[in-house]
Amino acid sequence: MSPVDTVARAAAEADLPQPFAELGLTRDEYEKIVATLGRRPTGAELALYSVMWSEHCSYKSSKVHLRQFAATAPPSSALLAGIGHNAGVVDIGQGYAVTFKIESHNHPSYVEPHQGAATGVGGIVRDILAMGARPVAVMDALRFGPADAPDTARVLPGVVGGISFYGNCLGLPNIGGELDFDPSYAGNPLVNALCVGVMRHGDLQVAAASGPGNQVILFGSTTGPDGVGGASVLASATFGEAASDSTASAKRPSVQVGDPFTEKLLVECCLELFASGLAVGIQDLGAAGVACATTELAAAGAGGMRVRLDAVPLRDATLGPPEILMSESQERMMAVVEPGRVDEFLAVCAKWDVRAAVIGEVTDTGRLVMTWHGETVVDIPPASAADGPVYQRPLARPASQDALAADDPAALPRPADGPALRADLLALLGSPGLADKSWVTDQYDRYVRGDTVLAMPDDAGLLRVDEATGLGIALATDGNGRYCRLDPYRGTQLALSEAYRNVAATGARPLAVTNCLNFGSPEDPAVMWQFAEAVRGLADGCATLGVPVTGGNVSFYNQTGTVAIHPTPVVGVLGVHDDVRRRVGLGFPAVTDGAGEAMPSRGGLPGGSGGMDSAREGAGSSPRASIVLLGRTEPEFGGSAWAHVRHGHLGGRPPAPDLEAERSLAALLAAAAADRLLAAAHDLSDGGLAVALAESCLRGGTGCTVRLPGDPFTALFSESAGRAVVTVRPGAEAAFEQLREAHSVPGEVLGTVGGDSLTVQGCFTIPLAELAAVHARALPALFGPGLPG
Amino acid sequence: MRIGVITFPGSLDDRDAARAVRAAGAEPVPLWHGDRDLRGVDAVILPGGFSYGDYLRCGAIARFAPVMGELVPAARAGLPVLGICNGFQILCEAHLLPGALTRNAGLKFITRDLRLRVENTRTAWTRAYSVGQQIVVPLKSGEGAYAADPGTLANLEASGQVVIRYAADNPNGSAAAIAGVCNAEGTVVGLMPHPEHAVDPLTGPSADGLGFFASVVAAVTA
Repeated sequence: MSPVDTVARAAAEADLPQPFAELGLTRDEYEKIVATLGRRPTGAELALYSVMWSEHCSYKSSKVHLRQFAATAPPSSALLAGIGHNAGVVDIGQGYAVTFKIESHNHPSYVEPHQGAATGVGGIVRDILAMGARPVAVMDALRFGPADAPDTARVLPGVVGGISFYGNCLGLPNIGGELDFDPSYAGNPLVNALCVGVMRHGDLQVAAASGPGNQVILFGSTTGPDGVGGASVLASATFGEAASDSTASAKRPSVQVGDPFTEKLLVECCLELFASGLAVGIQDLGAAGVACATTELAAAGAGGMRVRLDAVPLRDATLGPPEILMSESQERMMAVVEPGRVDEFLAVCAKWDVRAAVIGEVTDTGRLVMTWHGETVVDIPPASAADGPVYQRPLARPASQDALAADDPAALPRPADGPALRADLLALLGSPGLADKSWVTDQYDRYVRGDTVLAMPDDAGLLRVDEATGLGIALATDGNGRYCRLDPYRGTQLALSEAYRNVAATGARPLAVTNCLNFGSPEDPAVMWQFAEAVRGLADGCATLGVPVTGGNVSFYNQTGTVAIHPTPVVGVLGVHDDVRRRVGLGFPAVTDGAGEAMPSRGGLPGGSGGMDSAREGAGSSPRASIVLLGRTEPEFGGSAWAHVRHGHLGGRPPAPDLEAERSLAALLAAAAADRLLAAAHDLSDGGLAVALAESCLRGGTGCTVRLPGDPFTALFSESAGRAVVTVRPGAEAAFEQLREAHSVPGEVLGTVGGDSLTVQGCFTIPLAELAAVHARALPALFGPGLPG
Repeated sequence: MRIGVITFPGSLDDRDAARAVRAAGAEPVPLWHGDRDLRGVDAVILPGGFSYGDYLRCGAIARFAPVMGELVPAARAGLPVLGICNGFQILCEAHLLPGALTRNAGLKFITRDLRLRVENTRTAWTRAYSVGQQIVVPLKSGEGAYAADPGTLANLEASGQVVIRYAADNPNGSAAAIAGVCNAEGTVVGLMPHPEHAVDPLTGPSADGLGFFASVVAAVTA
């Protein structure tokens, strides 16, 4: 091993060339470091700056755009902590606060699907924990290349297995998410993980190293060589021209390895430390590991810190200062502790079998100083590393955008009669993006902790927070890369609208927004234009809907060679449910004739019982619940599932968002749920009314008979926003009608629930068994029979 | 009526088991893996989870926990004990129950609501059910395939120690579709499915699981 590069040596050997380019820094950035320090950086300092100034950690290309979220945020009394913290914190009433955030782990999941996805879950859980909250659930939004591509068969099962392995072992219910396929994600899968946590108001923790003399403690797993350069080399660069196996294997050492058992102990240990008031400051270790935790804690606190890198517990004794700083070994946290309470702190760690070591102390020198066996290897002003460069990247609307918009789906041949409409519905229902997701979701534990009221495939996950009062939270994530490719501004607002609507469908009131912005290379002006439009669309949309963005994550460089993914902002919306006992699921209620033994349908879930027992309470056997379509339907097919599945077509304009209409619809849905007027509610999105009706039939195990208003094709497959289909309890029709008019939401009775087929009068009938078979077989046919029987 | 719920490092469903105990009208008592103390409880539940990460064989490390040093003799002396999922695996490793749990036939973790048939209602944990009764309870496990040698299986069948069977699909390749077994005395029961997740239709597929907890309350107070 070469002798360690010290500050003294850096001053003496000023001209020694440094491998800044290999670490992902530009010459300009390197020169900025030299100017800041007044000398060349040591090897350890170079490592530290390279990860802190990576796109992944510094947000250097996105920062100038993301400022809009705070600038245009609607006034919200609910926000306890906003952007800039590890995660935003929202007041949900009764003394409870909720923190939630979504984050990408795209690049690691391509290189090593199982560990990449697993550690994505682990990382976001620590973000939530660092706010002082108990993590209570996870969700995942997944996007892959074509479902039948050989590489998808490698990546998808690994990703799902990794999320299952980590989340299940950690004891967090997985309550929802997304699964979609598109050629644009071939070689660049999107793996976005969301975590939500709950705390009491007073439990909020701070990520700052305050109080000179306070001790800095690193606890959790030991530090190893895994994940060195994960943030800089892996997540902040484009995969090579040919996203070949050799590229992937060359970057494999940059992927971390997850240990969910240690994370479980770390969670319980941290919560006990917080409850005992033993941590003055706390920071999770994620991307850029010790480098990031020390610089951010110091920069946010008293301004200085002294760290003994040789005190960091290692799992590989050959690691030197640069590797220790860059390592992204998982399941580690850093705390700032008063000297008099260090013994108590260590005792709690010992109780949970969590390894802990005092590695330094807070100072007021304004310098972050690190030593290695007595010699100084880092001596920097921490803010210079924590703040990073800021770029105003050039952006340009690509010329191809006009041709794309002009390629209107109106020219596509449409189904002309009942049998053709029927065939199109079955084709959509059996397409991988719309098919039954049980192959995936059956691998996740949705029951653990016993508070899951709704989970996939319901519109949103719904969790009980307080057993006595029924207070709960609803969460949904949505994104649509095809809409965003056609129009990133509109597309992002449509993602926001859909998540907002999904939360409202359960009867919850939407409160706050998180986002994961997945894009190609920021060095491409066309991608930067997409990004700027998406951010502007989201900021404007949130302002209109009155829900603030509380935090989020940007993932750039999702491209192979010069081909970027579809711009894919994934939007997560959190809502508060006043009483989860009044939740509304998407399944049509069973028409009870007394006898029917209620067996949950395939993939039966807590939510399944929602529809069922609501019907039992209200309905009896005779009058059938009526189905009402809410919202306005226009012939909007740009970027639609129909155009994609039936014609492989992407062109025209996406549906027009109508945020005022979304707001009225959401208010109506919440009011109707509170008054117990609804037996079911389902938002309309991909595949329009046709797919929504089919999903409600399959979820509830009950058919329906409807008559369509206007042109049957438009009625069935248009994807106009701001719509939902609700099932009104028998006897509640007049009350619902009154409420609907009071909220100025257009509505039309389509028909009634019941029978064992989906019947569209004058068009077609599909027996439920046929519908179920088509829906269920797509994913097992592609990825192997998941379960026997 | 006090029912202990043991927390091992990596136990996950301890909170849910305690809630089910309360729903059955008893008082849940937290027991810690590192304490050689059962705190005078009337029955004990080993909850689901991944004790020690299940990085070795499931339950293989937990059986050596200090609390097990107290539990094993107490169970042999007649204390009612229920192991759910990981708890079942631990009871097998501790030789309080025969057989073993192995990797699911499909090699994947499975979460599914399943129809089960109650085969034996003479145990401390199933007397609230009737023989042949069908109940719907979630299964969620990666290593839930029950296995035993032919002689043991024959003995289990002959002596009525098969407590619960998968009634429709055999989801994981368990021998004879066995979902739960008991010791010869019927005091120690192990289940792969999770009755604690089926005590309230709001959060589970049914309330069918409540009977296990109500049974032991009746058994102890009888």
